Amino acid sequence: MSTTQDTIEALAQREYKYGFVTDIEQEFAPPGLNEDIIRFISAKKGEPDWLLEWRLKAYRHWTELYEAKGEPQWAFLPYGYGPIDYQAISYYAAPKQRPESMDEVDPELLRTYEKLGIPLEEQKWLAGVAVDAVFDSVSVATTFKKELEKHGVIFCSFSEAVRSHPELVRKYLGSVVPHTDNFFAALNSAVFSDGSFVYVPKGVRCPMELSTYFRINAAQTGQFERTLIVADEGAYVSYMEGCTAPMRDENQLHAAVVELVALDDATIKYSTIQNWYPGDEKGEGGIYNFVTKRGKCQGHNSRISWTQVETGSAITWKYPSCILQGDNSMGEFYSVALTNLRQQADTGTKMIHIGKNTKSTIVTKGISAGQGHNSYRGMVKILKGAENARNFTQCDSLLIGDRCGAHTFPYIEVKNKTARMEHEASTSKIGEDQMFYCQQRGIGLEDAISLIVAGFCKEVFRELPMEFAVEAQKLLSVSLEGSVG
Amino acid sequence: MTTIVKQGLRHYLESFKRFENGAGGPDWVRSVRRAAIERMAELGFPTASDEDWRFTNLTSLAGKKFDLEAGGTEPAVLQLGGLAFPGDEAVRLVFVNGRFAPGLSKLGKLDKGVIVASLARALSELREVVEAHLSRYLDYESDFFSALNTAFMEDGAFVYVPRGVVVELPIHLLFVATATAEPAMSHPRNLIVVEDVAQAAVIEDYVALGDQEYFSNVATELVAGESSVVDHYLIERESARAYSVGTLRVQQARSSNVASHTLLFGGALVRNNVHPVLAGEGAECLVNGLFMPARGQHMDNFMRVEHASPHCASRQFYTGILDGNGRGAFSGRIIVHKDAQKTDAKQTNRNLLLSNDAQMDSKPQLEIYADDVKCTHGATIGQLDEDAIFYLRARGIPREVATALLLYGFAAENLERMRLQSVRRYLEGIVLERLPHGSILRELS
Amino acid sequence: MLEIKNLHASVEGKEILKGVNLKVGAGEVHSIMGPNGSGKSTLASVLAGRDGYEVTAGQVLYKGKDLLEMEPEERACEGVFMAFQYPVEIPGVGSVQFLTAALNAIRKHRGKEEYDALEALTLFREKLKILHMSDDLLGRSVNEGFSGGEKKKNEIFQMAVLEPSLAVLDETDSGLDIDALKVVADGVNALRGPKRAMLVITHYQRLLNYIVPDYVHVLVDGRIVKTGDKELALHLEEHGYTWAGERALADAAGSKA
Repeated sequence: MSTTQDTIEALAQREYKYGFVTDIEQEFAPPGLNEDIIRFISAKKGEPDWLLEWRLKAYRHWTELYEAKGEPQWAFLPYGYGPIDYQAISYYAAPKQRPESMDEVDPELLRTYEKLGIPLEEQKWLAGVAVDAVFDSVSVATTFKKELEKHGVIFCSFSEAVRSHPELVRKYLGSVVPHTDNFFAALNSAVFSDGSFVYVPKGVRCPMELSTYFRINAAQTGQFERTLIVADEGAYVSYMEGCTAPMRDENQLHAAVVELVALDDATIKYSTIQNWYPGDEKGEGGIYNFVTKRGKCQGHNSRISWTQVETGSAITWKYPSCILQGDNSMGEFYSVALTNLRQQADTGTKMIHIGKNTKSTIVTKGISAGQGHNSYRGMVKILKGAENARNFTQCDSLLIGDRCGAHTFPYIEVKNKTARMEHEASTSKIGEDQMFYCQQRGIGLEDAISLIVAGFCKEVFRELPMEFAVEAQKLLSVSLEGSVG
Repeated sequence: MTTIVKQGLRHYLESFKRFENGAGGPDWVRSVRRAAIERMAELGFPTASDEDWRFTNLTSLAGKKFDLEAGGTEPAVLQLGGLAFPGDEAVRLVFVNGRFAPGLSKLGKLDKGVIVASLARALSELREVVEAHLSRYLDYESDFFSALNTAFMEDGAFVYVPRGVVVELPIHLLFVATATAEPAMSHPRNLIVVEDVAQAAVIEDYVALGDQEYFSNVATELVAGESSVVDHYLIERESARAYSVGTLRVQQARSSNVASHTLLFGGALVRNNVHPVLAGEGAECLVNGLFMPARGQHMDNFMRVEHASPHCASRQFYTGILDGNGRGAFSGRIIVHKDAQKTDAKQTNRNLLLSNDAQMDSKPQLEIYADDVKCTHGATIGQLDEDAIFYLRARGIPREVATALLLYGFAAENLERMRLQSVRRYLEGIVLERLPHGSILRELS
Repeated sequence: MLEIKNLHASVEGKEILKGVNLKVGAGEVHSIMGPNGSGKSTLASVLAGRDGYEVTAGQVLYKGKDLLEMEPEERACEGVFMAFQYPVEIPGVGSVQFLTAALNAIRKHRGKEEYDALEALTLFREKLKILHMSDDLLGRSVNEGFSGGEKKKNEIFQMAVLEPSLAVLDETDSGLDIDALKVVADGVNALRGPKRAMLVITHYQRLLNYIVPDYVHVLVDGRIVKTGDKELALHLEEHGYTWAGERALADAAGSKA
């Protein structure tokens, strides 16, 4: 009908760029979930008894939940999703060859990460970003470890942390997200395989960006990583994660848990670019992304800032939250969530104000295109003792086309009169009008799309580390092509 | 409560009987009045269970009997001296207790075809224009006070600006309340018609001389023709014991541009209704307001912005500064009709509470029936920023001055949206007078 | 410069333009007037290449080339500028960024060297000064939160920067107060020149007091029914469009007889 639409649709016939499969010898746990499997995972990793006990406790809790009512049903997922057969999933998959140092890493794996734009050879990084690469269930490489050690910063795989820093792990594991927190957190606590661990000691400003790159490769597996970041008094750390997965017809489950702890005067910035395989336009395949992320501003004047760019996954269920316990602590949530094709996202945040003069900021940008459904679900809770708490919430939705949906579910609970709340919300549609305006000024279609989308997401992108901001912007343009009109 | 309300209604019905016999006007006006009083009786006083009146209790108003024929003395011209603008006015019409006072009015020289007169006169001499617009827009079918005003409509101001004429100076409508033997009521009815491609600024100014109790129930219909530009100012400085209800109903044609500025300072119980209907494509309206309830005052702002055509833009900015045990309310409803695609509607309500006893209720509301629209709303309720005060004090500014500066800054945003500089200056002065420690700032500037 | 021959166009299957003929030479200012729904904005949209407007017959030649064959951005690069009746807001996109992108796209097309950020900014400031406009708008997102009047002024500013050969102004005067109207008119007049043509679409004669056109055309029901000079606009203001429509019918009847 319209030439604009035709042109863009022609432009859009580009595939999910990261959908390839790496051919490498891997070992698997047999499919199924029971106490033996958990013992198997724990044994594979040579874990101490207390951790195995913790896993088993979580598993028993999960079994109760599973038998009582199964997965939580409150998220707005109008297309629903197929039943998840927890017994058909293999809970452990790892490359057979376990390298002792970077030189021993399987060249096929290095090539994989190279293709994903994440070279693991340290000399290829100009900006100085330390990377922990997680391939299915295990961490395969961590760069710049030596350099970080000089500053006392611990950055390693979770399994390694259990071995080398058991006291830290034991102190903080489950202290922010207990194993009883929710259905998927319980599952993760039982079967988590690997993930990243970060500890920044007192007064240290981490000298480089830390980053974990998650890759699901094997079929019929899930990924259940666990990340724990602790910033001690006066410490600062900026951490980023990225995720991709091959294109497969069946759905794969990703149920991660991230816990952040900030002590007095500490700051943690956590950025995510989530680009799991979204499935196709009929809604087949794609990752089920059920993630629990929470940070505790335990100390006075501490600050936790979440920034997320969610473009992938068939289903996204994710609420990075902040518990503002210390006086004058600050929580931030900046989010861009895009749903195209038949993707469904129910994402947002919780800000729990406990301490005095606590402050939270929520800026969310939902983009719905194709037949995607995008919901913002957010809770701001001001408890009785939270004198002079402040919240600012801005919630913008952009609709592209008329087969998609945008929904907002804000919950506000205020128990202290001195609270100051600000709320802004908007819903708008981009389409031919903005495109035509740009074109009439001589700007071509592709440029116009990136210009408009980048403009909409500006407040969030500027929170991302430089390297990520550029990637995020590109990613959005690609994910959106073909949907304007 | 019910008996009080019923007695209240009976009093209005009886007043209407006496009024109707003596009132003038053509037959069609008489029948509209009758229809309106019947509707008023059916509707009855709004109660707290009525969603639109959640924040305002009318029991005390309903229980009082106000006299329509209370009369009252005409003030001396001298007493009005302080109420003129520092700049020039094109015309000034003065009304005393709702009645036109030609002796106090100042009729300047007007452009070709422009008419500024009392509605009473217009009803008898300018029937054609009046009949085309009067009571065509105000919703007396569902609104109690509109019905009451329509039943008693007789006097008020009539402004007519013909096609293409630009009236550069403001048209000043001054309504003065003076002392009466019995508490008086008045129902001024104004009609402002600005035709296609014309431009005008109208100021409705409500002032009390004295602190008497009375009930003022004003209704204004403002009709903006195609591509016309109209600035409307409403300044409310009623007495501390006054009941004041004002309804501004704006009807906007294609590409018209209307700004409504409301400043509420006086009155014991104030209800301010603003209801623009963007009926023609590409129309634009600004709904700007500042209200400052202090001890014993209740101010309820009820906005209803209707988008009925595509490509229209509306901006609502209401600011409240509440002191003592003052109470404020803001309801901002934006209605986007099915065909009003490309609507761009924005609403902001900011409030400052200066004391622990002040109370503010804010209720944004969106009713959207079109699918390609941009609507935003935001509301804040808060106290003066102690950090900001401290910052100023750290620069050597005494606390009182710092407070006054910040308060003035908070209010100034609304003043800055006013196009007419002379009016803006005049209002700045009034705002400073009302602000705690505002006099310090006046000396500074 | 521009030649429109027997142009027919429809929107959603409904014929709006029913055979428009118009010739605009370099250096000329033409005004098109007509009642609402007569097809004025449709004509502007067809010239700029907006989607959803189907040309069913006729031809539009611009500098001898077939304008209708070109993509919208190509037309812009070739020097066709449209001042929109409803300028679009693009949140988050800075005015400077946007206009620099446009300016460089057009310069590139013309084989000229692209401007760097500083050169572009200097140019913008210069143009704003000439137009007596404040440079506030440079710090804001494209049209975002602008009042109707500010949006219209911004269109004129963009026109001044992009220096088109053919400018089409679609009801740029609607809803403007008298001061804003003068700013817009001054901007347009400043751009008048022997190499530039302008098509000023308006509903009201008022604008033509400030932008004096060489020709005035009356568009009624998708056709130009009358052409004259500025006196015609004054006449229309007094007698309305029905008069022009009837006169045209009478003329047509007369010529047949």
